[in-house]
Amino acid sequence: MTVRPQSTKTETDTAPAGVLSRVHEWVTTVDHKRLGIMYIMAGLLFFMIGGIEAGVIRYQLSYPANPAIDPVTFNQMFTMHGTTMVFLVGMPVLLGFGNYLVPLMIGTRDMAFPRLNSWGFWVFLFGGLLLYYSFIGSSGLYGDAGAPDVGWFAYSPLTSRAFSRGNSVDYWTLGILVSGFGSMATGINLVVTILCLRCRGMKLMRMPIMVWSMLITGFLVIVALPVLTGVQVMLLFDRFLGAHFFDPQLEGSVLLWQHLFWFFGHPEVYILILPAFGFISEIVPVFSRKVIFGYNMMVIALLWIAFQSLGVWAHHMFAVGLPPSLNAFFAASTLLIAVPTGIKIFNWLGTIWGGRIIYATPMLFALGFVGLFVIGGLTGIMLATVPFDWDVSDSYFVVGHFHYVLFGGTLFAIFGAIYYWFPKMTGRMLSERLGRWHFWMLFVGMNLTFGPMHVSGILGMPRRIYTYAPERGLDIWNQMTTVGYAIQFIGILFFIWNVIHSLRKGRRAGSDPWDAWTLEWATSSPPPAWNYHPLPVVKSRRPLWDAKHPEDPDSEYE
Amino acid sequence: MTELTATHHAATTRDAGEPQHLSRGKVGISCLIITESFFFMCFIVAYLYYIVILQVDDGGPDPSVIFRADIMVYIASVTLLSSSVTVVLAARALAAGRHGRFRAWLATTLALGGFFLLATVLEWKHLIGDLGVWMDTSSFGTCFFSLVGFHALHVVIGLSALGLCLLLSLRGHLPQAQAERFEILSWYWHFVDVVWIFVFTSVYLLRVYI
Repeated sequence: MTVRPQSTKTETDTAPAGVLSRVHEWVTTVDHKRLGIMYIMAGLLFFMIGGIEAGVIRYQLSYPANPAIDPVTFNQMFTMHGTTMVFLVGMPVLLGFGNYLVPLMIGTRDMAFPRLNSWGFWVFLFGGLLLYYSFIGSSGLYGDAGAPDVGWFAYSPLTSRAFSRGNSVDYWTLGILVSGFGSMATGINLVVTILCLRCRGMKLMRMPIMVWSMLITGFLVIVALPVLTGVQVMLLFDRFLGAHFFDPQLEGSVLLWQHLFWFFGHPEVYILILPAFGFISEIVPVFSRKVIFGYNMMVIALLWIAFQSLGVWAHHMFAVGLPPSLNAFFAASTLLIAVPTGIKIFNWLGTIWGGRIIYATPMLFALGFVGLFVIGGLTGIMLATVPFDWDVSDSYFVVGHFHYVLFGGTLFAIFGAIYYWFPKMTGRMLSERLGRWHFWMLFVGMNLTFGPMHVSGILGMPRRIYTYAPERGLDIWNQMTTVGYAIQFIGILFFIWNVIHSLRKGRRAGSDPWDAWTLEWATSSPPPAWNYHPLPVVKSRRPLWDAKHPEDPDSEYE
Repeated sequence: MTELTATHHAATTRDAGEPQHLSRGKVGISCLIITESFFFMCFIVAYLYYIVILQVDDGGPDPSVIFRADIMVYIASVTLLSSSVTVVLAARALAAGRHGRFRAWLATTLALGGFFLLATVLEWKHLIGDLGVWMDTSSFGTCFFSLVGFHALHVVIGLSALGLCLLLSLRGHLPQAQAERFEILSWYWHFVDVVWIFVFTSVYLLRVYI
């Protein structure tokens, strides 16, 4: 494979032509870096939209019996908020980072199937737009307009023709179905890239943990997403061909939907957290100035979590009345999955222990991640205990729990990753000062939002209900939550301002601003279209350490 | 950057490990096959759950309508499974550069797959046209038509791809160098056949013998 960059006219070489031709370049690109950035940008855009929907929810719940919005709108808001955050924010941003970083980290020039990669992005984006078109286009023949209002897991028979007239559920189904095809394409692409395109010397056990997490996430996407596709197709058959899959009046079983949906849904949760584990495993060592503690166990724990995540799905269904034997099995498997997760937590702590810690913004987010994720994990263990789950199922306790793992976990890791790799992607540093504001506002706001939810949940506040009575003693907890939302909102404004400001005026980054050790920091920032010339050869897990310290290379010790 | 590239080739060869031999196409098609398997799993699970385990009786047509069917489905199954053998022979012929043999075996594969599809068409014609069974008539109809239908759709896709290969080969556009790509396509065809084993077992065997 010989590439002559001198003679190859690349996209960046072309003279700065009009806006139209630059748009054309981005639209037609098959470069994994541009696609990765577009994934992240699209995901962040949807993040703003989903965040505003959360704001509507919090506004409505800011005091009891608030007449601000009607129940249907409230249902639409939490449905679209959940669907957006899972399918249009979490997955694209994480897979976008995978797209951007994996080829760089394994020392190759692009993904295995660049055009499939481009296809995957556009299919995802149009799937998302299709979902959002439901706001204006879903009236169908019944004049029942508006966005889907059936919750993000769309339990049947609520989704049947009898209870969801109009086409809002169809937009939900098709939007998710279409963007799911994009995710599957990206999952396949990641697995093939990592298995087939590593540079010389990049053995599997030399790959950065981030690449391992993407490999395993890719497998989970390949295994879990088609089940979602299948179950969505069944729903479409029910709604359009009169099939009997989920209609209890026609001997269909609503439990089948739940089983199949959660067989996808629980691995999906790990699709959303494993890449975050990868980010943290890259950030923590660099800012502790130490090698990652327990590399082998980190990899084993990832594999263990991924494997076991396929066997815990019915813990979402404890309250539906499964046989005690099934409940016991799924409770046990859910409790057991805390073991590999705990291994990871302790390995990060072991990495930090005795390190020369640098409290830069990426590290702040990484430390925030570890703390908040542990809280979410512990409430997860509480919820895995069946009798406790019966008590708080479908209450705000559950909402608080999964926001600690998905917001405090995934989103904090995403922000850490943005601060860490932004210099690589753009060539400029994000402002540390604004970054600290962003972190602390988000950290305080996040705890103020989701902490009190545990209390209001235990006090008996059900999720997905548009209001609550004044005499229930829930006011103060809900008001704290709403104030927390406002603080987070300001934190996000700091982030937006930081990005806009730093893109133009940020400090020049150079190729390796953090004095890091993985391959992506060996090439320029932003990297050229061909990434490396010639392709690198690695001898250890920290190729840049070897290059910077030829007298004491890692390869001597591994 | 320069420190990272091989300077002492002899010294690094052993340490760097062998260059990667995994083929992108083969790993890619394997992933696609895993994905598709889990997709089919949904419909097989639904069929087993409603029709084989619960044996739902909703007053509509039940599986008895296909047991009367005939020997045709057995012949069609044998035909489809045989096409896995012929497609291997075709792939080997192409790898050996024997284009005449390749076209002959490929045409045989197409004929066998086409026969299977014809049998499906006749069965559906009987069920829909003569007996009025469809997805909305009973749980059996729902599960049967979605499962068998998605399998048939995959047969159509496979036959289209194989037919395209035959067309390309006849026009001289499928050289020996493309043998690996054809082999990758043949993996997909094997997958379609293996899925049929599961479909056949679930739909035509289990309810008879349980």
